[in-house]
Amino acid sequence: MPIDYKKLFPQETEEQNLKIVLPSKISSIQDVELILSQVTDPEIPVINIVELGILRRVKKVNDIFEIEITPTYVGCPAMGLIEMNIKSILDTYQGMKYKIITKLSPPWTTAWLSEQGKLKLKKYGIAPPLEQKRIQKLFEGQGQIACPRCNSVYTSLISEFGSTACKSMYKCNDCLEAFDYFKCH
Amino acid sequence: MNQSLLNYVLSIADSSLILGQRLGEWCGHGPILEQDIAMTNISLDYVGRARLLYQYATELEGLGRTEDDLAFLREEMEFKNLLLTEHRNIDFGYTVARQFLLDAYFVPFFEALSKSIDQRLAHIAEKSLKESHYHYRWSSEWMIRLGDGTEESHNRIQNAVNGLWEFTGEMFIITDYEQQLIDDHIIPNLEEIKSIWDQSINSVFSEATISRPKDTWFQKGGKTGQHTEQLGFILADMQYLQRTYPGMEW
Repeated sequence: MPIDYKKLFPQETEEQNLKIVLPSKISSIQDVELILSQVTDPEIPVINIVELGILRRVKKVNDIFEIEITPTYVGCPAMGLIEMNIKSILDTYQGMKYKIITKLSPPWTTAWLSEQGKLKLKKYGIAPPLEQKRIQKLFEGQGQIACPRCNSVYTSLISEFGSTACKSMYKCNDCLEAFDYFKCH
Repeated sequence: MNQSLLNYVLSIADSSLILGQRLGEWCGHGPILEQDIAMTNISLDYVGRARLLYQYATELEGLGRTEDDLAFLREEMEFKNLLLTEHRNIDFGYTVARQFLLDAYFVPFFEALSKSIDQRLAHIAEKSLKESHYHYRWSSEWMIRLGDGTEESHNRIQNAVNGLWEFTGEMFIITDYEQQLIDDHIIPNLEEIKSIWDQSINSVFSEATISRPKDTWFQKGGKTGQHTEQLGFILADMQYLQRTYPGMEW
């Protein structure tokens, strides 16, 4: 029997109905921010660069919008693509003058993730970061991260390194599903 | 142009790139999938920081070269990486031991460098430090698991430590270009880093039941361009494409 994905992930179909109306021309910093909230993380397409804290600031200096972004991890291959996507969406606006500036300091932290962003991660099946569960010592982090599917905290860490630099791998000992945890950084 | 600073930036960049390349060799060959992913994740962090440092180096030298030129078109003797970073993987034990010896160095190293008066270096160090903490945890845990594991794993990791020890001294041997920058208060003194490194080594070795080899003779030369025969082979792998098809992109 085919799997009914709508039943498995009802929240996904709801999300898609919420479309933001984009401005037809850019006149303010807020317009730029709203437009850039359409740029998502290529690895986690449910979350955008504003919610992730990658977009640090938009400034207007002499008619030029300065867009400050920061990498999550230094080797994150998504950064190049994110920059390209920023350009391609802004270039659809005629006469738009902008400059993308990459800032390293202060270094990106998961503390910049918005609450809405964390909720989106959980719905997508990625356990959001929990500051109080930040791993400090060797062999720590053996559990207590709630499974995003069944909410059980009877889980264990498989590896601090996951499918992308920002995630670690866990498994749920109750529903037996493996899941990604967006680690505190 | 500050030649000492350029050499120094290149030396950290080269160590990062070469170690990243070595770890990347495990891609698809890890003992289990999760550790295959861990090693390639760490590799990516090293390649990422190498890029930031090469970008800085191209600006310092001002010759119009790109970060790719520095990685793919320099000769063996122009590379200034630590000899330890170019050491062959041999087996998982050797790879873990090499990683641990270097992580125990890079954590206090980047911590100290993040306070440099050179803003650019300080920012790169601050960013790298956060990632080095993960690496250090990973390699320390594996040192302990293997050292305090079975007889076979214990012997292998002890053997790896013995085999790599002669390459550890170089981390703390100060080159002329480093001395210049230490005198100018741009980079941290290596003595303080050495004492933190010693503490980390002793504490993890003791938990892992690994005995610390005696300090006898230490190899040196990597930071000034004299390498083991192993570097040429990595460069051949890494640079083949750009040298055969100059400017190739995909």
